[in-house]
Amino acid sequence: MSNKEIYTKPAAIKDIQTHYCPGCGHGIVHKLIAEAIDELGVREDTIAVAPVGCSVIAYEYFDFDMSEAAHGRAPAVATGIKRACPDKFVFAYQGDGDLASIGMGEIIHAANRGENYTTIFINNTIYGMTGGQMAPTTLIGQKTATTMDGRNQATTGNPIRMCEIMNVLDAPVLIQRTSVHNPANVIKTKRAIKKAFEYQLAGKGFTFVEVLSTCPTYWKMSPKAAMDHIGSVVKEVYPIDTFRDIGEA
Amino acid sequence: MSEQAFMTGNDALAEGAIRGGCDCYFGYPITPQNELTAYMAKEMTAKERVFIQAESEVAAINMVYGAAATGKRAMTSSSSPGISLKQEGLSYIAGARLPMLIVNVQRGGPGLGSIDPSQADYFQAVKGGGHGDYHLIVLAPASVQEMHDFAVEGFALAEKYRTPVMILSDGRIGQMMEPLKLWDKEAPAAIAKNWALTGAKGRERNVIRSFFNIIGALEENNRILQEGYKEIVKNEVRYEEYMMDDAEVMLIAYGTTARLCRDVVRAFRKEGKKVGLLRPISLWPFPSDVIAEYAEKVKLAMVVEMSAGQMIEDVRLACNGVIPIEFCGRTGGGVPSIDQIYTELLKLL
Repeated sequence: MSNKEIYTKPAAIKDIQTHYCPGCGHGIVHKLIAEAIDELGVREDTIAVAPVGCSVIAYEYFDFDMSEAAHGRAPAVATGIKRACPDKFVFAYQGDGDLASIGMGEIIHAANRGENYTTIFINNTIYGMTGGQMAPTTLIGQKTATTMDGRNQATTGNPIRMCEIMNVLDAPVLIQRTSVHNPANVIKTKRAIKKAFEYQLAGKGFTFVEVLSTCPTYWKMSPKAAMDHIGSVVKEVYPIDTFRDIGEA
Repeated sequence: MSEQAFMTGNDALAEGAIRGGCDCYFGYPITPQNELTAYMAKEMTAKERVFIQAESEVAAINMVYGAAATGKRAMTSSSSPGISLKQEGLSYIAGARLPMLIVNVQRGGPGLGSIDPSQADYFQAVKGGGHGDYHLIVLAPASVQEMHDFAVEGFALAEKYRTPVMILSDGRIGQMMEPLKLWDKEAPAAIAKNWALTGAKGRERNVIRSFFNIIGALEENNRILQEGYKEIVKNEVRYEEYMMDDAEVMLIAYGTTARLCRDVVRAFRKEGKKVGLLRPISLWPFPSDVIAEYAEKVKLAMVVEMSAGQMIEDVRLACNGVIPIEFCGRTGGGVPSIDQIYTELLKLL
């Protein structure tokens, strides 16, 4: 009787230790992306863009061609790559500080042009890399390095919901918010990522997957408590939903 | 017979970039370079090449970064305030060693300034502009013909050294019309780009980045950059001498002011006064050596700029105190007249 392989490391990801904190969602999403790329057989056609933030050195972990981008500029860099090489498979990986704050202009206009690349947007409601400062996505009352008494709506505004903003634009073909806080949602996230990739490969247009993720270090929670926090608190502000899916049409 | 045309500087530059093999153009409206963007919108699209009117100068330069990372010939153009916005991207492009072409059709500053021609972005162009130790190759055209020619060769020059090339022009040269000969050969050949992002097929994956967050790695990237700059300084210095053979007085000017200085030289020569012009064409690398040689021969130099005096600092460094260096200029979009330059120099003779 031979052994049956039921689990293996994707070829699109390197077999090295990451710098991510215990309980951080980046590693999970990296693996889901790598699995989807393997399954679609596009590793050798892939050009990806890394952001500025905790995942700034994502190119150390993935095993395909990648470019780093300046803070917030990944949508412009990905646009340049995809327009220069329309036959390549292109995705940009961005965090919430990168995409929803300094890079708000770039993401809105890339989406509005219907650029045929995929955005994987990791929303953990905080700036991790720089030490846990408030992000545009930070929840009201959430304590951060720059909102020590909790985010105050009166002086810092409200959490920005990117999927909902995207959903007023005509061009995007897939706008979906998922989460990686438990296995069922990890599986759904994988499906969303793969669907977005398939739409791009079919030339459908702009695809956007927002993934609710954790920052146990700056949420000052254990890994498990951070995962549970998404399920009990974060998803109440950021509903897990498919806002638009017109790629099959 | 070569193809003759009568064009504005902006149009001639755009046509030169197209004939030089430009694959991708990314721009944003700003006066006085809008004709260039409009020309590219029409002609690049007609040739089924990439044209995007970006949402901002910042986005445009980052689109160039992305396209250049794939090994394609990519460019952007703007004018002074817009070039300021592109400095972040230029620093990243220099750090990531991406060849590309950027055009600054300068206007008056600081701030929103005016739409009149200026040479006040010299420091920004040749001393870095963005953060970190880097240089651009900076070429300063003084005619519509040179606007065209520098654009034709800009991509190949950038590729040779894996460095950004800037054409530093101004609103006067961008807007004026002159006859020119159009490039009628194939685009200068591209060199192999084994670093480009083309998909990791049959090779190790490539990474384009300016981030080296390991002790020593960033220093190594800087060492590579500096080695490249040494080669550029050795090979790419360009200048034009006008009646310098027997000159006792040296005018030094580039671009628009160099054109005016030619007339000033002729006026003095009619009177038997031995005035000549040295025109830097490459502002970086700067023609320091030839200026230093002339400093041993002439009695006096006068630098003429449409600025408060920027290039004059490099002239002073080159001359190292050997001769007096005088200045004649106007700021804020003002263009010196031939009379003004003549009169100011006459006072010094």
